[in-house]
Amino acid sequence: MSTTVEAMGQRVGAMSAAELSSRPDSRATVGDVTVANPRMVCREVDVWYGSKQAIKGVSLDIGKNEVVSMIGPSGCGKSTFLRCLNRMNDTIDGCRVEGSIQLDGQDIYDKGLDPVPLRAQVGMVFQKPNPFPKSIYENVAYGPRIHGLTNNKAELDALVEASLRKAGLWNEVKDRLDQPGTGLSGGQQQRLCIARTIAVSPEVILMDEPCSALDPIATAIVEELIDELRANYSIAIVTHSMQQAARVSQRTAYFHMGDLIEVGETNEIFTNPRHKLTEDYITGRFG
Amino acid sequence: MNKPSSAGAPPRRAIDIVNASLKRRYARERRFRLIGLTAVVMGLLFVALLFADIIGKGHTAFQQTYIQLPLTFDAGLIDPKGTRDPETLRSANYNALIRAALRDVYPDVTERRDIRALGSMFSVGAPSQLRDRILANPDLIGTTQEVWLLADDDIDMLIKGYIDRDLPESERRVKDRTVEWVERLEAEGRIEKRFNTIFFTHGTSREPELAGIAGALMGTFYTLVLTLLLSFPIGVGAAVYLEEFAPRNRWTDLIEVNINNLAAVPSVIFGLLGLAVFIGLFGVPRSTPLVASLVLSLMTLPIMIIASRAALKSVPPSIREAALGVGASPLQTQFHHVLPLAMPGMLTGAIIGMAHALGETAPLLMIGMIAFIVDIPSGFTDAATVLPVQIFLWADSPERAFVERTSAAIMVLLAFLILMNLAAVLLRRRFERRW
Ligand SMILES: Nc1ncnc2c1ncn2[C@@H]1O[C@H](COP(=O)(O)OP(=O)(O)O)[C@@H](O)[C@H]1O
Ligand SMILES: [Mg+2]
Repeated sequence: MSTTVEAMGQRVGAMSAAELSSRPDSRATVGDVTVANPRMVCREVDVWYGSKQAIKGVSLDIGKNEVVSMIGPSGCGKSTFLRCLNRMNDTIDGCRVEGSIQLDGQDIYDKGLDPVPLRAQVGMVFQKPNPFPKSIYENVAYGPRIHGLTNNKAELDALVEASLRKAGLWNEVKDRLDQPGTGLSGGQQQRLCIARTIAVSPEVILMDEPCSALDPIATAIVEELIDELRANYSIAIVTHSMQQAARVSQRTAYFHMGDLIEVGETNEIFTNPRHKLTEDYITGRFG
Repeated sequence: MNKPSSAGAPPRRAIDIVNASLKRRYARERRFRLIGLTAVVMGLLFVALLFADIIGKGHTAFQQTYIQLPLTFDAGLIDPKGTRDPETLRSANYNALIRAALRDVYPDVTERRDIRALGSMFSVGAPSQLRDRILANPDLIGTTQEVWLLADDDIDMLIKGYIDRDLPESERRVKDRTVEWVERLEAEGRIEKRFNTIFFTHGTSREPELAGIAGALMGTFYTLVLTLLLSFPIGVGAAVYLEEFAPRNRWTDLIEVNINNLAAVPSVIFGLLGLAVFIGLFGVPRSTPLVASLVLSLMTLPIMIIASRAALKSVPPSIREAALGVGASPLQTQFHHVLPLAMPGMLTGAIIGMAHALGETAPLLMIGMIAFIVDIPSGFTDAATVLPVQIFLWADSPERAFVERTSAAIMVLLAFLILMNLAAVLLRRRFERRW
């Protein structure tokens, strides 16, 4: 299957810019969807909600130690695609996923594969900060505890501290670990959720508009954090802010009505979009 | 926006139109508020009326009239052989003691009819009162004591003013000479109203002055405990399954519709079902807390399931996503996060369901709880009655004294209902501000 995609990529790559802009209705993906050392490999993914198709034949790789951002007008299927990557869509009635999605060569939609450990490997940070209505400590300790990642209280304490440190929250909360996580500010809550996610040592982190509920200062802190996390994790982030995509990501994917229109180096996409729809979107003529 | 129109007429600004209609809008608002206020006041008024009526009628039942009598515990009558054998003491004729005492106090009363009338001033329970005293303290035999004896319900009613002394004798339950005796006793300070402990310690009885709600209370207690134990786990389990795990399809839709319908089925039907299935088919003993709680569980189950599902629905989906997102299994998500958050709502539903069950009468009549049961039940399979059925039975009794007891029993029932609802409210308050 990967050979056909490469062939398709080459064919698209071979088209001239003039050819492309004269055919704005073409929905074949422009740009190279593959990376040299992929962590996740998605091929021809279709998603239906009931009879309505929300994702149409999307192929995309997520590489090691890179941040891939997904942009596009709202309702184009960014969240839907992201939620396929840790099988979060399983919880939605009537949602059907087809195609192949692999994590380190293993098909995650394989019949025998258990989504529970998968979600420990592919962590997720949601749009709205959603800490558990428990203490800050419990929020971070929950994941390691259910997976049995630590052997004793001291190890767990150390893991909680390390996770909070990585999320840049330790100094702010170290004196009140026993207070409810819901009592923190929005930005702190989101960083707590990030700490909760990295506490189970995932390999990939999915973020669905993690800053949309945050003020600019909190946003800046989270963006800095994402950049630091790249050293250890693969990150896929959905964002409605093109500036944010430009700041945090190495590669950008532009979605449009369920189609993946264009993929490329973030610099390239924002300075030199090849597809008419991408250009319209990033120049603000659309969406 | 405000360009002068070419016709020359000054343009009407939008704010002028708004101002013109403002008065009318406020008037409508005031009217609406007034209607709402009236409705609330009316509602409160009816509740106040109900409470005033019940308390007005029932508060006297918490007191009971006693008559003092100088009484000789004649050894010849109680224990002629002097053995102090409890069996002898128990079977002695204590009524004769009272008659002898009355002969001493009223030597001028000699006619048979009058003697009988004199004796009937006391409750038929008075002799057993004396027996209990002797059994507790046999040393009293041979002595003379001033004893307070339980008065008959007619005397009680006369003392409490429910029988009009000015009525002609033929229209009154208490004859003229009895009134005379009572007035003499009152003048001598030999009549007293005391707290009515019998009402709280005895089962029901044909004699109002000996009737209490203890039997019904225990019956209600056993029934409710078992109802809760049966319906809460099943209700919560069903709700969790339907809300969180069951696929949405034709079958679950059908189940959902039926649960909602079940909540609206008249309760008598559940009673008939209980009679046919539990008693007829499975042979569960009738008029016991066991069969009552089975029937009431059927009745409260839909309420419980609907309340529990509402509680589960009110848990934000983001909490489930958060738990699943760190790799919790669906069951862990439920038990660690969703259920603790839904529990206050579920408990509130349970308490409201229990309050329903507490006040339910009709289905219990069908399964024999209406039987006249004097003994206080001491288990789930003892014959018993419950509070609302007791009220129903007393309300049906012709004796005047049962009227106040009916109201008093209603007061107790209402007190329990208010307590339960209060618990539900407190529970909600206590846990609601968790997120
Ligand atoms: N749970 C759902 N059930 C049915 N349709 C859905 C559901 N979630 C999303 N959709 C539809 O799928 C499309 C893509 O949605 P989404 O992935 O949320 O878009 P985005 O995140 O890019 O704004 C939209 O048309 C939306 O209406
Ligand atoms: Mg979205």
